[in-house]
Amino acid sequence: MPGLIFKRFLSAIPTLLVLVTAAFFLMRAVPGGPFAGERNLPPQVEQNLLAAYHLDESLGRQYLRYLVNLCKGDLGPSFQYPDYDVAELIAAGLPYSLQLGGLAFLLALALGIPAGVVAARRANTWVDASIMGVSLVGISVPNFVVAPLLVLVFAIYLDWLPAMAVEAGSGMGLRNMVLPVIALALPQIAYIARITRSSMLEVLSAGFITMARARGLSSRRVLWGHALRPALLPVVSYVGPAAAALLTGSVVVETIFGIPGIGRYFVQGAVNRDYTLVMGVVVFYGVLVIAFNLVVDIGYRLIDPRLRRA
Amino acid sequence: MESMTQQLKRHALLAVILAFGGLLLWRGVGHDASDSPVVSHDAEVLAEAVLRRGNGPEPESLNPQSSRTDPAFNLARDLFEGLLTHAPNGDLEPAVATSWDISDDGLVYTFHLRPEARWSNGDPVSAGDFVFSFRRLADPATPAFYAQNMTLLRNGAEIVAGEMTPDALGVEALDPATLRLYLVRPAPYLLDLLTHPSMYPVHEASLLAHDKDYGRPGNLVSNGAFVLDEWVVGAYIGARRNTHYWNNQANRIDRVIFYNTADDGAELKRYRAGELDFTYTIPLQQFRWIKENLAAELRIHPYLTTYYYGLNLRKPPFRDDPQLRQALAMAVDRELLTEKITGVGEVPAYGWVPPGTSNYTPQVVAWAGLDAQQRILRARELYASAGYGPDHPAEVEIRYNTAETHQRIAVAIASMWKEALGVKTTLVNEEFQVLIQHIRQGETQVFRSSWIGDYNDAFTFAQFFQSDFDLNLSGYSNPAYDSLLEQAGREVDLQQRRALLEQAERLMLADMPVIPLYFHVSRHLVKPWVKGWQDNIMNLQYSRHLSLQRD
Repeated sequence: MPGLIFKRFLSAIPTLLVLVTAAFFLMRAVPGGPFAGERNLPPQVEQNLLAAYHLDESLGRQYLRYLVNLCKGDLGPSFQYPDYDVAELIAAGLPYSLQLGGLAFLLALALGIPAGVVAARRANTWVDASIMGVSLVGISVPNFVVAPLLVLVFAIYLDWLPAMAVEAGSGMGLRNMVLPVIALALPQIAYIARITRSSMLEVLSAGFITMARARGLSSRRVLWGHALRPALLPVVSYVGPAAAALLTGSVVVETIFGIPGIGRYFVQGAVNRDYTLVMGVVVFYGVLVIAFNLVVDIGYRLIDPRLRRA
Repeated sequence: MESMTQQLKRHALLAVILAFGGLLLWRGVGHDASDSPVVSHDAEVLAEAVLRRGNGPEPESLNPQSSRTDPAFNLARDLFEGLLTHAPNGDLEPAVATSWDISDDGLVYTFHLRPEARWSNGDPVSAGDFVFSFRRLADPATPAFYAQNMTLLRNGAEIVAGEMTPDALGVEALDPATLRLYLVRPAPYLLDLLTHPSMYPVHEASLLAHDKDYGRPGNLVSNGAFVLDEWVVGAYIGARRNTHYWNNQANRIDRVIFYNTADDGAELKRYRAGELDFTYTIPLQQFRWIKENLAAELRIHPYLTTYYYGLNLRKPPFRDDPQLRQALAMAVDRELLTEKITGVGEVPAYGWVPPGTSNYTPQVVAWAGLDAQQRILRARELYASAGYGPDHPAEVEIRYNTAETHQRIAVAIASMWKEALGVKTTLVNEEFQVLIQHIRQGETQVFRSSWIGDYNDAFTFAQFFQSDFDLNLSGYSNPAYDSLLEQAGREVDLQQRRALLEQAERLMLADMPVIPLYFHVSRHLVKPWVKGWQDNIMNLQYSRHLSLQRD
């Protein structure tokens, strides 16, 4: 296992380098700039500003400078929010994104896996049909429809829950988290349920299950004790990247609930040509995806003994 | 059979997951009620008047010298105060300055400062603070989008261009309570300009000590009715009553929360859920619903913005072809546009300067008096004499930034042009930044844009068409127009100046370098318990003018 981690760590470096390089040059290839707007800066002011951020240097030099700073852990200043550094913005948003994304992730596992197992167990009955029907809706109805609907029903008509995630004075309380967590988790629950179901069906037709049944084990024991573990393999490979995406937040859900997370920076940074902010969140997301893929591989080895021997 | 250790392992894993979940559920991230510095006793919480404003997208900076968008300006207007300010109805009112004298040639302004004006840390606000702030704003080393304002002062243009040092700026503290400004030309709008956030004083010692961190809670010493005390990036910004503010006893609000409401649909929902006292704007798509259900809380008022289609005069087909420009302008049915397409009470624009601009009679195009039918006939004549017709239609491209409203307007105008004149129009939508770049590079034919007045004076609109003005996007250049503006710039007599500016607008409208479409309106939803709200042409609401009265 330590060997695997070390190997992955080494291979992460070139992956990240490619990611940073592509993001850097793509961002610069887009027309406009961080200080362009309808209102122009006086030329001398603009020149000073560009110089202060080293944007007057050649692209190659800027790229090298970015890499060097990145190695030192410096993500640079934000152009759009001159009062903040990119690292500060990410650090400020991260707790919110982690908390909401983490809860949504757990909720997705806690509901998605059992729903999938039950659907597989009762395959081709009305139970299966209704679980799969609901999950199809969950997958196909996008966030920007579900989230406002949740607000409309639970915050406005029923007035049970707040419409915004963070309120002055009380911060992000439990009640504030309910709707955003549901909005984030719904599509994931649906995906996980479907993946679990189909993989479970496959496993249930395998020889060792027939064998277990022949040994007279209860069907419950067969299902949860023997079949679930191998059936989880495809789920695990799905939830790795899904977790990385959940934890970095969703721009739609963040905008609708006013969550001060980091998801919105992907879009805002790009729109405002806030080069360093975009690079910062891209690098952060890249690191998360790599980390979660490693977790997935470790998870495989825990679930499947054959991989451990290999 | 399962071994004991396996079972143990499984239970341990379950425990870890549960603990992780419990940790995530742990109430609140950081901002627990107990952390909040203003909330100390329950009784106080109940007594506190907290105003919750929808404030649009995240402000870029709370240092008024670095800010450039309305959300940041709204905050600056509560946190800081300039020499003059606005009354609730938008009229000018003394603020840090109690009175002023203007020299006969209109070039020297002497301001007498309010002795009781204080910074939020108790320091007196002195003339020296303004000298420091204005010099800093003019200094090209300061990243200020409004440095241009300083070119009105003596040596200002040279300083902004980096040719002179900031201490040469035409601003002087005669004594701590007397400030003198030396202008390069008479500018009656100076008093109005002084209400703009870029002209607010900044606290020298704090700014020098904190530099780019000046705009943070704890560092931001300001001289307005409120002082910054919380900034949760992306969620809200909180400010509490500044007890040192000279007019503190008139302020009925103890704490203001500026909520980030980047999405107008989400803002409306929060407003309906009772989480906001008033909104930043309203979603146009839901205007009809709002009008039916929340009519009593809806506030629509004209404000100083002109929505227009710019024509690129640097290139054919619009270069040297005023007839084509006029024909296109005439063929647009503005009444239909504002009624059916935008539909929020916008005012059809037959001129450039919006109605309500102070000391000014807005001018209209010569054909404004014709009815729709006559206009189209006249437009066809002009179109034909410009050399176009059914066999040889004009081909025009409209570029607009991607947004539903702009799209609908572009589609409507293209069909009006086609129906009235047979013009072939292509529509191109681009991301805002890309559009701006294309306009600047002169690659566009027709582009959509808006011009927002920086201060309530016709000059801020007239300037747009000056040949050498940086933002003259159409590339209009008319020596007669420039000369009229030049004269107006030197004119001390307000009536004379007004006549010159009005004459200039008529001249420009005859050339039709842009097609004005409509004048914007400000749109808000305001809860009935918010008292003291007055709509105004600048679309400004100072929190200190408001109060909360729940029955």
